[in-house]
Amino acid sequence: MVEKVRVRATLNGEPVDFLVAPYVSLLDTLRDELGLTGTKEGCNDGNCGACTVNLDGRIVDSCCVLGAEIDGSTVETIEGMAEPGKLHPLQQTFLEEAALQCGICTPGFLIAAKALLDKEPHPSENRIRFWLAGNLCRCTGYDKIVKAVQKAAELA
Amino acid sequence: MHPFEYVRATSVDEAIAALAKYGERARPLAGGTDVLVMARAGRWELDALVDIKHIPETNVLELGSSEFRLGSAVACYRVYEDEQVAAKFPGLVDSASMIGGIQIQSRAGLGGNLCNASPSGDGIGTLIVHNTTCLIAGPNGTREVAAEDFCTGPGQSVIGDGEFLVEMKMPMPQKGFGAAYERFTPRNEMDIAVAGVASSVQLDGDIIVSARVALAAVGPTPILSSAGDLLAGKEATAENISTAAQAASADASPISDMRGTAEQRIHLVGVLTRRTLERAIERARENN
Amino acid sequence: MTTEATKGKYNVIGTRPIRHDGYDKVTGRAIYGADIKLPGLLQGAVLRSPHAHARIKSIDTSAAKALAGVGAVITSADFPGSHDTLIDLGEGAINFRYASNNVMAGDKVLYKGQPVAAIAALDKNIALEAAALIKVDYEVLKPVSTVLEALKPGAPIVLEDLEGQDLGEKIDGQTNQANHIRHEFGDVEKGFAEADIVIEREFDTAMVHQGYIEPHNATATWDEEDRITIWTSTQGSFPTRRQTAGILRVPDSSVKVIPLEIGGGFGGKIPSYLEPVAAILARETGRPVKLLMERTSVFESTGPTPGTWMSAKVGVKKDGTITAATADLRFDAGAYPGSPVGAGMMCVFSCYDIPNTRIDGYDIVVNKPKTAAYRAPGATQAAYAMETVIDEICEKLGMDPIEFRIKNAAKEGTRRADGPIHPIIGAIETHEAAKASDHWNTPLEKNGPDGKLRGRGIASGYWFNIGLKSAVTISVNEDGTVALTEGSTDIGGSRASISMMAAEVLGIPAEDVRPHVADTEGIGYTDVTGGSRTTYATGYAAHDAAQDVVVQLRERAAKLWDVEVDEIEFANGSYQSKSDPELRLTHKELASKLGSTGGSVVGSASVDPEGAGGAYSTQICDIEIDPETGKTDVIRYTIVQDVGTAIHPSYVEGQMQGAVAQGIGWALNEEYFLNDDGAMVNSSFLDYRMPTSLDLPEIETIIVEVPNPGHPFGVRGVGEVPIVPPLATIANAIYDALGIRLRTTPMNAGSILSALEAKK
Repeated sequence: MVEKVRVRATLNGEPVDFLVAPYVSLLDTLRDELGLTGTKEGCNDGNCGACTVNLDGRIVDSCCVLGAEIDGSTVETIEGMAEPGKLHPLQQTFLEEAALQCGICTPGFLIAAKALLDKEPHPSENRIRFWLAGNLCRCTGYDKIVKAVQKAAELA
Repeated sequence: MHPFEYVRATSVDEAIAALAKYGERARPLAGGTDVLVMARAGRWELDALVDIKHIPETNVLELGSSEFRLGSAVACYRVYEDEQVAAKFPGLVDSASMIGGIQIQSRAGLGGNLCNASPSGDGIGTLIVHNTTCLIAGPNGTREVAAEDFCTGPGQSVIGDGEFLVEMKMPMPQKGFGAAYERFTPRNEMDIAVAGVASSVQLDGDIIVSARVALAAVGPTPILSSAGDLLAGKEATAENISTAAQAASADASPISDMRGTAEQRIHLVGVLTRRTLERAIERARENN
Repeated sequence: MTTEATKGKYNVIGTRPIRHDGYDKVTGRAIYGADIKLPGLLQGAVLRSPHAHARIKSIDTSAAKALAGVGAVITSADFPGSHDTLIDLGEGAINFRYASNNVMAGDKVLYKGQPVAAIAALDKNIALEAAALIKVDYEVLKPVSTVLEALKPGAPIVLEDLEGQDLGEKIDGQTNQANHIRHEFGDVEKGFAEADIVIEREFDTAMVHQGYIEPHNATATWDEEDRITIWTSTQGSFPTRRQTAGILRVPDSSVKVIPLEIGGGFGGKIPSYLEPVAAILARETGRPVKLLMERTSVFESTGPTPGTWMSAKVGVKKDGTITAATADLRFDAGAYPGSPVGAGMMCVFSCYDIPNTRIDGYDIVVNKPKTAAYRAPGATQAAYAMETVIDEICEKLGMDPIEFRIKNAAKEGTRRADGPIHPIIGAIETHEAAKASDHWNTPLEKNGPDGKLRGRGIASGYWFNIGLKSAVTISVNEDGTVALTEGSTDIGGSRASISMMAAEVLGIPAEDVRPHVADTEGIGYTDVTGGSRTTYATGYAAHDAAQDVVVQLRERAAKLWDVEVDEIEFANGSYQSKSDPELRLTHKELASKLGSTGGSVVGSASVDPEGAGGAYSTQICDIEIDPETGKTDVIRYTIVQDVGTAIHPSYVEGQMQGAVAQGIGWALNEEYFLNDDGAMVNSSFLDYRMPTSLDLPEIETIIVEVPNPGHPFGVRGVGEVPIVPPLATIANAIYDALGIRLRTTPMNAGSILSALEAKK
């Protein structure tokens, strides 16, 4: 009988302390153990980016990380992107530019795009497309997503 | 999926002890982008994953005077974001920026790519053409294996039960050294090579003193092609490059599968060999 | 900013407000089907057939049932007996017996991935372990995978009791041909005899999947009075209710479907796969049960679009007039009958006015998953055939492809090949806009960098759009805001457009509407979110419900001012007495007086409008091919489309762009790759290659507005027609670049290399 392991980490700026079975992915840990369902499952094998979170400053597919692995780490999910009552500029531009249709890929794209703009405040269109190629969208054709990222970059 | 334990090792000895405890029912865990997916798909029944990312030696990224040390857990992004490493090893940067996408590159590393031993691994040929030596630790101590001898079959490597890859070493590039990796994929990213070629050359003026060409996705393991030896001592001309490309195609023994036909792959090997040799030579000329 | 045509005409329509569900969706608060949590929830798993064709000799679930943590294990034995009943789901009829077997196989499995058992357990891992303990004894049979193979004498028979039809006559004996229908008009032999040029070509297209990012899900409870509640991501709560109730053989009213947010559908989330299974598991365990599909199962076990074999033949006079056309469309139905070949037949020639036509359509069962609707189902395949033949004809005639299309364009009064007469449509306007576009007027340099070759292609498409039933209620709050309740699940921002139409009628801002997508007990019957009907029909209902509110508000004003109702004028959001203009209240002011004039005002409407009109799209693309590798990159793409009236232009543009992205993936890389055992081997997002952001250019949209008289605001459905032209647009561009005509999809690097090799 495999026992749960204890994990202590920083999640969206706050300390968390929880138990999780060692074989459970970070994605399932967030969604099931911690009740944060904003991060989505699209494929569960690292090919669509719907489960993207920021782990220790890098964007990762949370389906390819174990919950147990984040002990001692810092994680940011979509739930932590806005400040109370104030959207992050990317969230705002995604709404203004209609960069979402069904919205299932949107949390992953926002986390990924935020990491890009935090690192490279004025990326070229090609650089944006390259950075976001790990996030699949089937509804938009990416056009308005790219424009929303460009608009947020201009506003900064 | 069989429930497994998670063990975090903080030293080489700890990792060896943990792997010994579970025998063939434990595997080392680095980036996890292959291992976790395959464990969930039932590729193996595991009792434990031993996390080797918290061991100092597996994280080394060190440009020495004669040798470059690359830890087995070093993620791809560290290779291309380190300005000095990227400047010295643009061929490694080629591979590191092609494996998956940004999310994958935050976790996956060239070490894991090697240990996964996929015939289409984007890093393996590049390690081969950089004359890489692999340091494996296990219950009987450490041993060294040349990168070209590492993979023994699709998904199979020389890593035995209780062992794990600690680091990879390769010579620092001398003046006149250049390397490149290119692959063909149907999409521009997030894809797997239909065929891939890594090439390296050591130039002295216009003469190729030595060269290596390694082929991906065209055999049960990455292939160290005879094309490299063919070029030794020859002038870096289009004609010689073309001859080498033909030799590389002849060395390829691909299958036809959902990603491409054998004919397509043989053709692509010729094209990619030519292109990577040209690029390697260009870089070699810049590196003086 | 608004589009040119609507500027000045409307206050709200044509603007671009932030969608009402937007804040929840960019913060992760929105609850999609997989996110629902209930006390005592069990997790389910489904065991699926590894074989494409096999008889089930026995299933032993004893070891699975004995595993600790397992609540229930079910097979088809736990489902009510199957029965043949045809039910109309709005985008195609389904036979309940087949639907039941599709959800849980009976004595035969007909495709790899067909469900054979299901488990509910304390967690997902236990459920999967239990699945592995179920022993199924299969007698493996030879599968048949293509329409042409399925029609050959001696082919494996997929459905042993299929009653096949051929042009209205029953087929004797066993067959894989479910149906063959024909539309014929005029005299095609005479028409071809009159032609100066006749071109006939054959085509082969691969089965492809809608590719939505959110996998299917269903959570169910079954209570003490045998009432079933389902939470799910669906394209239609009512059709889901009907399918689930039908398969479970309970009255519709015993099933309540609560739609949660949905992560894409494109037609693929109209059929029910998990709902009946979750319900039976809930019945057996007495607890809520959640089922989530794995990505492999989404590919292998849901409803892709047909692979096809087609031929098209077109005859023209020297002056470019089309004299006759025939088409033979043979579509995979998958394991059970009901491919969208009929829809393909309705569209194949519908861009043109052709006096003599004959269209044959075949619905053929094969050992692949049962096909479902995929965005303009059948029309994309049909357009691939027709629009590439037209391209060849234009080349032979030496005629400009847009001029050819304008010359032969269908217009108001043209008879569609299957019978209906076109109402006011915008085919010509769409072609004219393409002709005037910057893209069409920018010459393309044929030689790209590094030896790459460039080409330009153009193609058109038609989709008929549907109306069907929608209901809306609008309740006025005392502060003047209104609560709008509708039944169209929102896959792409539709609740915003629907709210905007209500706001336009009421004379209030879009932000003052609070839309809510209700469950099946909260709103009147509403058909699927699909068929490009939502903005049209649910918008129509919102318009009518808002008009009903206005009627009632006029009555309240009359009561307030003690005048006759005829005295009350409503204009620009205000209510005014005709005889005494001093008596005037805005909507907001009047709303504050509802309590004292009789209570709340609730307007409602239920519609089934017939004037959907058709939509046209003409598309231009530039591609660049590396002749050494066969790699094709799309470097420029322009979509021109008649949308009637663009209610929210951003979401109209988004529909156009997203559809084209799917079409590009379909054209260049997507396919169901089957091994020799008829099983799909590329059922992951790695090897089922959909375009990433790096694989597409900016996609330019040109909105044309020829208002549809069949809708109060002129709306035409926009969601489907843009996926119709891309296969042909790209095929024609490949020809322009390389001089090679590819007639098989996907037109991938391998096939381009082979074609270049053969050309040498």
